[in-house]
Amino acid sequence: MLRLPQFGIETPSTVEDAVRLLKTPGARVVAGGTDILPNLKHLLDTPPVLVSLAAVSALREVKVEEGALLIGAAVTLTEVSEHPLVREHAPSLAQAAGLVAGPLHRNMGTLGGNVNLDVRCRYVNQTKFWRDALGGGCLKSEGNVCFVVPKGRNCVAALSADTVPVLVSLDATFDLVGGETPRTTDAQDYYRADGIHHIVKEPEELMIAVRIPLAQSPRRATYTKWSVRQSIDFPLVSAALRFDLETDSPHGVVTAVKVVVGVLNPRPRVVGKLDDVLGKKLSDPAVARIVSEAVHKQCKPLENVPYEAPYRRSMLKVLTRRAVEGLSQ
Amino acid sequence: MADRDAMDEGVSSEEAARNDEDSTPREAWQIGTSHRKVDAMERMRGVTRYTDDLKLPGMLHCKIKRSPHAHANIVSLDTSKAMAMEGVFGVVTGKDFPEPYGVIPWTPDENALCVEKVCHVGDGIAAVAAVDEDTANAAIDAIEVEYEVLPAYYDPQEALAEDAVSINPWSRKGNNLSKDVVLEFGDPDAAIAGAELIVQGDYHFEGTTHAAIEPHCAVASVEPGSGVLTVWSATQVSHYLHRELAKVLKLAAHRIRVIQPPLGGAFGGKSEPFDLEFCVAKLAMMTGRPVKCLYTREEVFYSHRGRHPMKMNYKTGFTKDGKITGVASRTFLDGGAYSSFGLVTTYYSGQLLCAPYDFPTYRFHSTRAYTNKPACGPKRGHGSVQPRFAMEIQLDKAAVELGLDPIELRRRNEIGSNRATVNGLMVGSNGFLDCLASVERRSEWTSRRATLGYGRGLGIAGSTYISGTNYPIYPNEMPQAAVQICLDRSGRARVFSGANDIGQGSNTMLAVITSEELGLPLEDIRVLSADSDLCPVDLGAYSSRITLMVGNACLDAAKKLRRKVCGAVAKRWEVPRKRVTLAGRRAIDIEDPERNVPLAEAFQWAEADHGLLGETGSYNTPKDRHGSYRGGTIGASPAYSFTAHLAEVNVDDETGVVNVERIWCAHDCGRALSRKIVEGQIEGSSYMGFGEALMEEHLVDAAHSGVHAGPSLLDYRIPTSVDTPDIEAIIVEAPDAQGPYGAKEAGEGPLHSSIPAIANAIYDAVGVRLDRLPFSPPRVLAAIEDRKAREASGELAPHKDSPDDEKRSA
Repeated sequence: MLRLPQFGIETPSTVEDAVRLLKTPGARVVAGGTDILPNLKHLLDTPPVLVSLAAVSALREVKVEEGALLIGAAVTLTEVSEHPLVREHAPSLAQAAGLVAGPLHRNMGTLGGNVNLDVRCRYVNQTKFWRDALGGGCLKSEGNVCFVVPKGRNCVAALSADTVPVLVSLDATFDLVGGETPRTTDAQDYYRADGIHHIVKEPEELMIAVRIPLAQSPRRATYTKWSVRQSIDFPLVSAALRFDLETDSPHGVVTAVKVVVGVLNPRPRVVGKLDDVLGKKLSDPAVARIVSEAVHKQCKPLENVPYEAPYRRSMLKVLTRRAVEGLSQ
Repeated sequence: MADRDAMDEGVSSEEAARNDEDSTPREAWQIGTSHRKVDAMERMRGVTRYTDDLKLPGMLHCKIKRSPHAHANIVSLDTSKAMAMEGVFGVVTGKDFPEPYGVIPWTPDENALCVEKVCHVGDGIAAVAAVDEDTANAAIDAIEVEYEVLPAYYDPQEALAEDAVSINPWSRKGNNLSKDVVLEFGDPDAAIAGAELIVQGDYHFEGTTHAAIEPHCAVASVEPGSGVLTVWSATQVSHYLHRELAKVLKLAAHRIRVIQPPLGGAFGGKSEPFDLEFCVAKLAMMTGRPVKCLYTREEVFYSHRGRHPMKMNYKTGFTKDGKITGVASRTFLDGGAYSSFGLVTTYYSGQLLCAPYDFPTYRFHSTRAYTNKPACGPKRGHGSVQPRFAMEIQLDKAAVELGLDPIELRRRNEIGSNRATVNGLMVGSNGFLDCLASVERRSEWTSRRATLGYGRGLGIAGSTYISGTNYPIYPNEMPQAAVQICLDRSGRARVFSGANDIGQGSNTMLAVITSEELGLPLEDIRVLSADSDLCPVDLGAYSSRITLMVGNACLDAAKKLRRKVCGAVAKRWEVPRKRVTLAGRRAIDIEDPERNVPLAEAFQWAEADHGLLGETGSYNTPKDRHGSYRGGTIGASPAYSFTAHLAEVNVDDETGVVNVERIWCAHDCGRALSRKIVEGQIEGSSYMGFGEALMEEHLVDAAHSGVHAGPSLLDYRIPTSVDTPDIEAIIVEAPDAQGPYGAKEAGEGPLHSSIPAIANAIYDAVGVRLDRLPFSPPRVLAAIEDRKAREASGELAPHKDSPDDEKRSA
């Protein structure tokens, strides 16, 4: 078995204590541990201390508050996928949370953990021995080259969290504390196109909650994922779709649309140029065609995750078209 | 080349020889029922102690330093810094193991640790024993190695090029040739050239690995005083490990004890010695303290010994009625850096193909090359899963060309029972026709195949496999299996067997046979296995040998005891011995069942008459059931199992995703000694084949220094329980005179045909041939798009009607 590097562990019971402990340089948060512990075993990080959220009960709430669904950052993915309020107000999020990895991971893993999941790459998420054999790591590990984009100077590891495209599609916001002042960021602005620092959260900040504004009109939303296996795997193709409608019917006229694609690079991609969809009935085959063609045109997967990029690109088209068709049935 | 007529005789005399008074039919009370495995509850409750659960006082932890290069000379190796570290007790390098070894005695071509050069990424070069794992890891990092990097080869044909640098340090042939076999029977070229239909195809089976959930692990300890070295290892071949330890460590065999604790899966991946066993043994001898080594999952991928990648060309001739006239094949095997079982694999790639279909003529030419990859070896269905994939697709192509039902074509070529194959292997019982009929009926093949629309399909394939090999891997005339059984006055039995239970249930099989003969329920029987100090030698769990061979040995011992016990009871009841039977923990008078005594009492009577009740049984294989040519013994088995697979698939023509909806697998195991275990083996084999068909591919990255493509169970994808289809496991019984109660193997045969059945179903669904594994969505989609383009250009007619054509908008 791979060994974990040595680290201290703190188990605060309040957000204030957790934030105070995070000020230790290099300290990292651990909630379910399903992302950070394998990464530590791969020696991708060697934090002096892990701050556990296990005893911080304030981060476990799910409630509707001030026109938004609020989900505490330490709510498990199993709870997110099953909670009646999530299913009522954000069904595509419940769907995506229920598709993360396998049941055991979802029992441990949290929504905050998935939102902050480190980006992944076939050349990064390997043992230190393997990376040495490769020639000494890459931009994101020990080295200074990129094996995905030769001569690239930006890390292009892939955003691999199932819930992120959905949260961006639902205009979610994230509550952060621990910086100079508590702040709220839009999910859409939370991610950067830099795999080394792919989120705007500072190391001393703690994400405490995710807020999803309640829909102001009828809405149909879904998440589509493809991976080789139907369990365990990270997504290889991933897209969230949201249509706001005039009336609650498959034939409702689309008033707003947001399509967000994951597993391209470190950032979720918000698909543009979808205005032609507005004013059309959701069930109009043109809607599925316009969306899937826009996705195909704008989204170019890279060889960063272990599956052929050209295939993943053509699957984006097929799967988003089918997702729209599924919503309008 | 083979004298077939001579082979056709001899069975009846065999049968007669086995016909003693104990074969008088009597009602079985255990055989053919279902049993809970003797170790099932411990495993389910999580209390089974595997090798890694062993913790001995003062135990050190061993880690192995591995090569980051695919091919390099070791220029210098400096262990002084590691040795000087606090907490480090010992360091070994290749120089401590100068004696080469190999599981096949003819090809000793690896050292416990590399001596002068490394041959693949992950090759072991030094090992340390330290007070804990972290210290051991730090110590291997402190070992300094200087390499001279050499050109590396990842393709067998490139490695065989004349100017290629030789890879294996012990290879005597040069040019990276590991083994070359050409065997010809009759004149296949003329038979194929003159055939009414010739089917020719190139097939590529990319390698796969075993992915047993338990990684390899070994613990060694030297007994103070006696100096006896004990090695506990997660091995499936205790005896071969014992021999190689003695050879490499230069210790007498009686100074070594090998124990195999319960295993968490093996599948062929633990069927030879590995570096860790030698390292812990040597380090324990050097330090005087127990030493443990547990592989990481990554190291399991480097130790590998998985299924060989094979590039195969097949040419088959048929009459217009679908009868095979001849088969000719040319195969390149990618062996990786060492021989492992490769000599046998190279033979098996041709020798095991000659049933269940009759080949009038046959030639195979197989060439195994060394490459700079983890060594390949035996995986469930050793050497014959790959050619079976090619052959069954060849048959399917012929059926399409000839307009024949693929099941009917197979029936027409069926070889039958009690006759020799073209290469001289003697087939005994043969339930293949029943297997075909079972899956045909259960799947409603005839009615449904005609009506399934585009995208849906059914595929058939058949296969055969050995029940052990007639010749052990080191030549000797001793029995291939032996079992000792002791009864005692408390009314229990202890069964001592060297056989390795690797999860296949061999300990349960021994308990069932003992129970059947001696009337004890399973819980009164303790099977003590795979401990070289307690048990008679057994050759191990490979080539599906244990049920037939060790089962026969157990039956032999149990019958001897039964005679003693029944005799003692008969004497006291003053009846003939035949009137006494043993069942349900009692000795019973068959003609007056009211008269019975508890077995404990019967055992006491027998012990009073005979002294301690212990008997040994042994089994040796028939030596007259193979061809008389060089290599003719390889592939010879006492009995052959038969399998038919039928797969139903749904192929998504827009994504290339193949959804296997259902698999029917009928397997002729001769006689099911324990039905649930046989069904479990059929299911496990089918699922393993399913994973190989659709997902698995054991690759190194040639573009990136030959690193493994992803040595983890995240990147090397095996199916989860959500991915696997429903399987209908159908037991077919064609009892074989060679097997205990007629039993043949069930652990490997049912893997073979699962892969081509899926390939043939894909063809039936969408009209494309997948001649390369795995049938991954990009490959399937590319083939579908290619076919659609050819249909659009008029080159091909539409494959079949698509009931939902109008729905698809692509």
